Amino acid sequence: MKTKVEQFRNGMPVAQGLYDPANEHDSCGVGFLANIDGTPSHRIVSDSIEVLKNLLHRGAVGGDLSTGDGAGVLLQIPDKLFRKEAAGLKITLPKAGEYGVGMLFMPQSDAREVCRQAIESVIREEGLKCFGWREVPTDGSILGEQARKEQPFVMQVFVGGGNLAAGALDRKLYVIRKQCQRRIDERLGPNHRFYIPSFSSRTIVYKGLLMGGQVSGFYKDFNDPEMESAVAVIHQRYSTNTFPSWELSQPFRFLAHNGEINTLRGNINQMKSRENGLASPLFGSDISKLIPVIDPGGSDSACLDNALELLVAGGRSIPHSMMMLIPEAWGTKYPIGPDQKGFFEYHAGLMEPWDGPATVAFTDGAVVGTLLDRNGLRPARYTITKDNFIVMASEAGVLDIPAERVLEKGALRPGQMLLVDLQRKRVIKDKEIKSQMSRRQPYRRWVDENRITIQGLFEAMAPVIPEAETLLQRQRLFGYTREDIQVVLEPMASKAHEAVGSMGADTPLAVFSEKPQLLFSYFKQLFAQITNPPIDPIREELVMSLMTFIGNPSNILTELPQYARLIKLRHPFLSNEDLEQIRSLSLKDFSAGTLTIGFPAGGSGDDLNQSLERLCSRADELVMDGKNLLILSDRGLPEGVSPIPVLLAVAAVNRHLVSRGRRTGVGLIVETGEAREVMHMALLLGYGATALNPYMAFETIADMAIKKELSVEIGSARAMENYVGALCEGLRKIMSKMGISTLRSYRSAQVFEAVGLNQTVVDRLFTGTASRVGGIGLAEIAAEANARYLEAFGPAVDATPILSSGGQYRFRRDGERHLWSPEAIAALQQASRGGDAKRYKEYAKLINDQAEKQFTLRGMFRFKPGVAVPLDKVEPAVEIMKRFVTGAMSFGSISREAHEAMAIAMNRLGGKSNSGEGGEDPERYKPLPNGDSRCSAIKQVASGRFGVTAEYCVNCRELQIKIAQGAKPGEGGQLPGHKVNDEIARVRHSTPGVTLISPPPHHDIYSIEDIKQLIYDLKNINPEARVSVKLVSELGVGTIAAGVVKAHADVVLISGYDGGTGASPLSSIKHAGAPWELGLAETQQTLVLNNLRGQVRLQTDGQIKTGRDVVVAALLGAEEYGFATTALVVLGCVMMRKCHNNTCPVGVATQDPKLRKLFAGRPEYLINFFTFIAEEVREIMAQLGFRTIDEMIGRSDCLEMNSAVTFWKAKGLDFSNILYRPAVTGQVRCVGKQDHELDSALDLQLIPKVKSALATGKPVTLEQPIRNVNRTVGTMIAGLVAKQYGHAGLPEDTITMTFKGSAGQSFGAWCARGMTLILEGESNDYLGKGLSGGKIIVKPFAGAAYDPEINVIAGNVLLYGATCGEVYLNGAVGERFAIRNSGAIAVVEGIGDHGCEYMTGGRVVILGRTGVNFGAGMSGGLAYVYDEARIFDACCNLDMVDLELVISERDKAELRGLLEKHLRYTGSRKAKRILENWDDHLPYFIKVFPMEYRRVLGQMMREDEATERAEVIHG
Amino acid sequence: MGKLTGFMDYERRDPGYRPVTERVKDFNPVELRNEAKVLKEQAARCMDCGTPFCHGEGCPLENVIPEWNEHVYQGRWKEALDILLSTDNFPEFTGRICPAVCEGSCVLGINKEPVAIRQIELEIIEKGFELGYVQPRPPAKRLDQRVAVIGSGPAGLVVADTLNHMGYGVVVYDAAEKPGGILRYGIPEFKLAKWVIDRRVRLMELEGVVFENQVRVGEDISYHYLKNRFDAICLSGGAREPRDLKVPGRDLKGIHLAMDFLIQQNRRLGRETIDPALDILATGKKVLVIGGGDTGADCVGTSIRQGATEVTQIEILPEPPPARSSATPWPMWPTMLRVSSSHKEGCQRRWSMATKEFTGGNGIVKSVKVIEVEWVTPPGGGRPVMNEKAGTEFMIEADLVLLAMGFSGPGKNKLVDDLGIQTVPGGGIGRDSRNMTNIPGVFVAGDMAHGASLVVRAMKDGRRASEGIDAWLKEHGHP
Repeated sequence: MKTKVEQFRNGMPVAQGLYDPANEHDSCGVGFLANIDGTPSHRIVSDSIEVLKNLLHRGAVGGDLSTGDGAGVLLQIPDKLFRKEAAGLKITLPKAGEYGVGMLFMPQSDAREVCRQAIESVIREEGLKCFGWREVPTDGSILGEQARKEQPFVMQVFVGGGNLAAGALDRKLYVIRKQCQRRIDERLGPNHRFYIPSFSSRTIVYKGLLMGGQVSGFYKDFNDPEMESAVAVIHQRYSTNTFPSWELSQPFRFLAHNGEINTLRGNINQMKSRENGLASPLFGSDISKLIPVIDPGGSDSACLDNALELLVAGGRSIPHSMMMLIPEAWGTKYPIGPDQKGFFEYHAGLMEPWDGPATVAFTDGAVVGTLLDRNGLRPARYTITKDNFIVMASEAGVLDIPAERVLEKGALRPGQMLLVDLQRKRVIKDKEIKSQMSRRQPYRRWVDENRITIQGLFEAMAPVIPEAETLLQRQRLFGYTREDIQVVLEPMASKAHEAVGSMGADTPLAVFSEKPQLLFSYFKQLFAQITNPPIDPIREELVMSLMTFIGNPSNILTELPQYARLIKLRHPFLSNEDLEQIRSLSLKDFSAGTLTIGFPAGGSGDDLNQSLERLCSRADELVMDGKNLLILSDRGLPEGVSPIPVLLAVAAVNRHLVSRGRRTGVGLIVETGEAREVMHMALLLGYGATALNPYMAFETIADMAIKKELSVEIGSARAMENYVGALCEGLRKIMSKMGISTLRSYRSAQVFEAVGLNQTVVDRLFTGTASRVGGIGLAEIAAEANARYLEAFGPAVDATPILSSGGQYRFRRDGERHLWSPEAIAALQQASRGGDAKRYKEYAKLINDQAEKQFTLRGMFRFKPGVAVPLDKVEPAVEIMKRFVTGAMSFGSISREAHEAMAIAMNRLGGKSNSGEGGEDPERYKPLPNGDSRCSAIKQVASGRFGVTAEYCVNCRELQIKIAQGAKPGEGGQLPGHKVNDEIARVRHSTPGVTLISPPPHHDIYSIEDIKQLIYDLKNINPEARVSVKLVSELGVGTIAAGVVKAHADVVLISGYDGGTGASPLSSIKHAGAPWELGLAETQQTLVLNNLRGQVRLQTDGQIKTGRDVVVAALLGAEEYGFATTALVVLGCVMMRKCHNNTCPVGVATQDPKLRKLFAGRPEYLINFFTFIAEEVREIMAQLGFRTIDEMIGRSDCLEMNSAVTFWKAKGLDFSNILYRPAVTGQVRCVGKQDHELDSALDLQLIPKVKSALATGKPVTLEQPIRNVNRTVGTMIAGLVAKQYGHAGLPEDTITMTFKGSAGQSFGAWCARGMTLILEGESNDYLGKGLSGGKIIVKPFAGAAYDPEINVIAGNVLLYGATCGEVYLNGAVGERFAIRNSGAIAVVEGIGDHGCEYMTGGRVVILGRTGVNFGAGMSGGLAYVYDEARIFDACCNLDMVDLELVISERDKAELRGLLEKHLRYTGSRKAKRILENWDDHLPYFIKVFPMEYRRVLGQMMREDEATERAEVIHG
Repeated sequence: MGKLTGFMDYERRDPGYRPVTERVKDFNPVELRNEAKVLKEQAARCMDCGTPFCHGEGCPLENVIPEWNEHVYQGRWKEALDILLSTDNFPEFTGRICPAVCEGSCVLGINKEPVAIRQIELEIIEKGFELGYVQPRPPAKRLDQRVAVIGSGPAGLVVADTLNHMGYGVVVYDAAEKPGGILRYGIPEFKLAKWVIDRRVRLMELEGVVFENQVRVGEDISYHYLKNRFDAICLSGGAREPRDLKVPGRDLKGIHLAMDFLIQQNRRLGRETIDPALDILATGKKVLVIGGGDTGADCVGTSIRQGATEVTQIEILPEPPPARSSATPWPMWPTMLRVSSSHKEGCQRRWSMATKEFTGGNGIVKSVKVIEVEWVTPPGGGRPVMNEKAGTEFMIEADLVLLAMGFSGPGKNKLVDDLGIQTVPGGGIGRDSRNMTNIPGVFVAGDMAHGASLVVRAMKDGRRASEGIDAWLKEHGHP
């Protein structure tokens, strides 16, 4: 038993086991209200509480069901109230603005006195006067249990400003606050809490661990009518963990943030490295008191607030500062002016973006505003009234405002800002703000005159001439294998894309490999799941940038023209000539120095260490010597010197320079023979490299080109360019997985986890990176480098001049080992076909027995002997098999035969098969004559939403939201048109031959509160099905799982990184995500600690192959177990790893009818196999003394590390974190159910009224008021329609429902045929999601005076995944309209960015403005855009579509018909105007025609004509 | 990979054999070679499996078949050769006489004809010789350690070749007149032309290997002699002790061991001196070959070429199924009826026949009494048991009987006995994981260690032994 560790501190669990509070995420509802004329009023204060209440569903509550995750309000100093209160305290306040107020969370204990004294003395020392103290009246009785336990003593301190001017006073208060916090933290130590929510002369923050409505209950000030403010910024928090804290509630001092900063680690590192250089006359010597700028322990939002505070205090305006921190996209594809580009480019050199999805509401008390990130991944809706009031929030309809009062209803577009200047009493829109800002200084000229560009834009790369004689030897020195050349580099050089592979990773983790591993292999990529969305690096490339600067200034507090003196690179890859140019730069302000990275060949870990230290001190010397371009090089090392693993060298030097505060202005350029894969490049950049020259890869590629070993005939220059192109593409992909848009913020962001490195190495060189199972140290790293050296220079003279085989991606006897060895595959197939239990045992032994040769973490475990029970006392196999599921494999990736064999087998066993993401043929919902069912029990809902109709959703026992897939977490997918045959197209509700793209994110899940909404939607469409959420194991997945459980998921699936795939980039298969042992254990520990485990079932999968694997999963916490690759092997898969080519020779993973005939699998084989597994499980259970699986769940104490393992690299491993069990009382397995809050659904009130229509088909109409809290309206009814009538539904207009008001999210989701929903008012996001034949009509509030065509009537992501139906919207809408629409018809008056993205079918008419990137990834369907401004072609993504005029009679008739309907349904004035002058307006319409769709339509038309002709002839 | 859809676009095409009427008139090789274009298509049939069972499960040498297939398809013969030679010292042997275990486990073979791997292999090495890619490559650096290899069959040659390339000084001893062992003397010329062996031996000599023939180690030279001059010794004398048939009449004349018959023919073709009194010739005779294996088939082909009037081959086991059965599922080497080129030259094959007695006159065999047998699996499972079917005896006329019933082990070996090298039950030489015997520095390789088997397995064992010797020498230096 472990010694008792401290588990909680201040009520928060401390890091323990795999749980680390640092991984917490949050997200939320955010907003602001203001009187535009700046008049303070109590109305703003009371309305702010109203808004919070109406955003409650965007927050979350903890295990005690009454502790909110946090809420708060940021107000102007309520001078009137304070004056009154101060008078009561015998304090005389000076004029408003001449005193400051500190809002303080003080300890409840005596320590409070210490704080008081410290604060008073700091104020005194800084030359200000402490007027006195006020105990803020609070009512703790309304708090939830957890919140009450942690409740601080809230006080306010009043400080006299002396004669400091407003700005200077706030700067001083900032200095005071920083010092108070530091001093008190030092005095009280870590066990007391002291925190300053705000300290300002202008604003004050009231916040806490509250639910929105509780703010006014807790803080009694809110009920005082003299509490007045002209502005309120509000925030309602949803945290993944149930241990959010009072401190981390929002708003912070300047802002409230809905979103997530993905690049936080990099931003903090870069801020740290600037600290030495900060200087400003406004601060003078006070500047040193501000360091560290970023308060340790803060959340991402808190850190952003810290950065903003510094910039604002440094004299920049708040909008200016926000534009620096969260710039909009300004790349070549963005239509913005040169001055504005100049502004952004200049500031890009000063500050890297704080990158991630964000709506930020900010105020300094004088202006208030809001800003959306470049991707527009958060909603921001606003309403301005005629009486000078504005409200902005994550949702529309958060305040009841009569339509007559409304002047404007709008939504922020990606990258846009909205500002209210309370002094100038006006609203300032994005264009005005940005044109003002960009002309504050001649930024464009500063940039043009100073910038140095290295990579020529149009110059071709010069071909490298390989040094043929030594090439092989040097390749060996860097560990090259034949596979590196043939599998990794060849496709990059030939096709400019990274290679794609299939099936999962079954090789040993790097730390278990007997082959010398590159240090890169010990890292795994992190990726975004749920709490923030990955980006689509192909379709939304325009928001991404690989641009890099060298020579950045560190003082961000002033702006000078020479700060634009930077070397600019388009991307971080330098050709040999680029590097030489840099090396020989002889400019006044740039000079280069080269550092060789080598250590004595054969040297020990100590030798390596010393070499690293020498390297760092040498780097120091060069920098001191004025060199600001450091080139780390392993080129041309003499014999006897072994290259230092380049990642080690880069990390060491970067870290050293950061810690010395010398990193910012220095370019760290790496000339490396070792790095060749995209993952290698990402790691080097992620740990600090500025630019890379992979010379060995260049040379190898040139050699291949010369020897004509490439699959295309191209010269070496072209091949190298292709390679660089592939690296850029791959890098964008890796960044996008994490939701990071720019390389400048990816650099140093360290978004990796180490698996197999010991803490010493990580702490010293990769500080801040998680490494949870320990592993090798410098000695082993040196040994592996030495092994490579021996390959190159050793005495062994081998017979043949070839590299070693590799064997990572394909089995080679002399290469890396695979768990799926030929022996194992043969044994498993023979066992399951013949029902041969003995052969199964042989198979299981091959997999399970890893004492000699390790592969997996679980292979290192050993069961602790227990008190055995007789086998016949153990739960029978039939019961155990009910816990088995097969993995999600879409019909499309595998053949119909294989798919149905799995469904039949699992239905017979009582387990569950999974539809995968390709829809399902409704034929399969009917049982077969023999009683078998081909219906997949689990229906998957993935980002592509293919075939996710109401009918699909109601025909299952489980709906699974696939957030990520082990083989390619954070990435989308693509089924190329040639694979979309008639059958697949029918099932997916698309057009044969048209490419189907799955986006990387679910476009209705950008944050944790969104998944709560999607779960709610799915529960509405099918209340009986449980909802599961599939996550992939990575650092922090436990915390995400906790958030998902709070979002009411019934099941959480943790997939291993090593799971299979039909097609993924090789680097993703290998390097993204973590083993399930880690993710599952972390999830179990986190859920137990958070008291959430009892209400959710855990499932795991990822290379689960045997009964032993199942038992390990159970002991680590899983209740259910998934098999995918194994099931395929049973059915005949021979691990060809060619699924992506459609050429599976055993008919498993192919759609080719000829090959499908070869499928020889049978359900019986699977039944045999699962029986063997269950029996093996039972045998182990009997040995361990468990009678039921339930007893076994979470009993990680029954596992220990197998001490028999003697492998040299495995010695440093330590599994105590995985096997850790939190010592808390609480459930360790699922014993209860989630409350899905369905009883409050509006549909429950409507169903009785439509019952007769459902039963008889007799039309019914009804009317109903609606609020934003009424979410997912109409969906339950749609589910009932689909259940009874299938996809065909009811006759049109059978159920007509009219709603008046602001509809909540997901209005009319999966609305079925026969339903008509009329909404008079407005709607929030996700209207018409999954539309399945119904009709939705939205028109403005009756009496609205504003012009509907320019005002926003509905939110973002409408019609997502719609398959059929109609939608008419008389107004403008937000981003991503009709995304992934595959058949619905929609008419709308204007849309935001990314319209019709990934659309594959249907018709869309847009009568007004479209944002940028229209039609990205649009492969089918048609759009008609009314382009009055004649700039549509600049806004459209032309990669996949053609733009044409509407000429053909057929098109004209179609368009006219749609407009007539629009007019009839919504009364659109614009439609009327166009129809009245049809001939004049028609020329303004553009038809957006996907190229592939045109080809397919042409083909179909020709076929139809041929058929018709044939019929004429034969008829 | 070469061509994604090659396996669907092309069917297997075998080059076939010279016409029977022509080929029985000489001892020249019978198999033809595919033309280059066909061969390229055949290589395109390779699917470049993620898990290549040919390489991983079938080929004992672990030949990296998919990689050379791709090179062949792309016309890169040099690269194909480099890959091939990295695992196979002598593809010109395996390419001619290997039964191609790889093809038995070829994934394409699950549903179609497997890839014609052996022919591609042969073409690669022959192209290599033709185009001059195969050149003597003496080691860059000569080590001062020396190894004696005793026996120049496939295993011995591999050990010599591998160690020589590593830089060791190698001397190969063999009692026969020329090097090659079973390759030269056991396998008929029409399957493996002896110039192929000569070519290889010459190459090895140019690379520095010394061949000492007609030296009987243990008799002509002693262990001490070797021990003083060499740092390690590798025994690779094969397993030629034949199984005999102890039935009445065995001592009649005209009954010979298959290997005696085959060796003699090979020596005859090699113009070695043979005592005419010891001639075993099938000319004008009715030949009965007892034993249905490869050696038996070689006796059939040799007899036909010598001018036998009738050839019959009997086998005690039942006739195998015509194609793969469930008893040997893929990727196992399928037990199935195999018809060699010799069988097609005019031979009667009979199955489930046990020999009861040889009868004759004048001390010379005239006929053989055989009986039909059946193989019955015991009720509890296990190995089938043979039962004679009463009353099914009959006579087969034969005036030459060749016994081809396999081999039992290395047989008597003076050096082994003198040194007290431990043997294992069944007659093989005992060895550790490095192929070393109980005598430090004395290693064993090939059939001598593991019993009679395929040439390709002996070669694999030779590679294993070479690694063992190398590792041991690096650690120990001198025995």
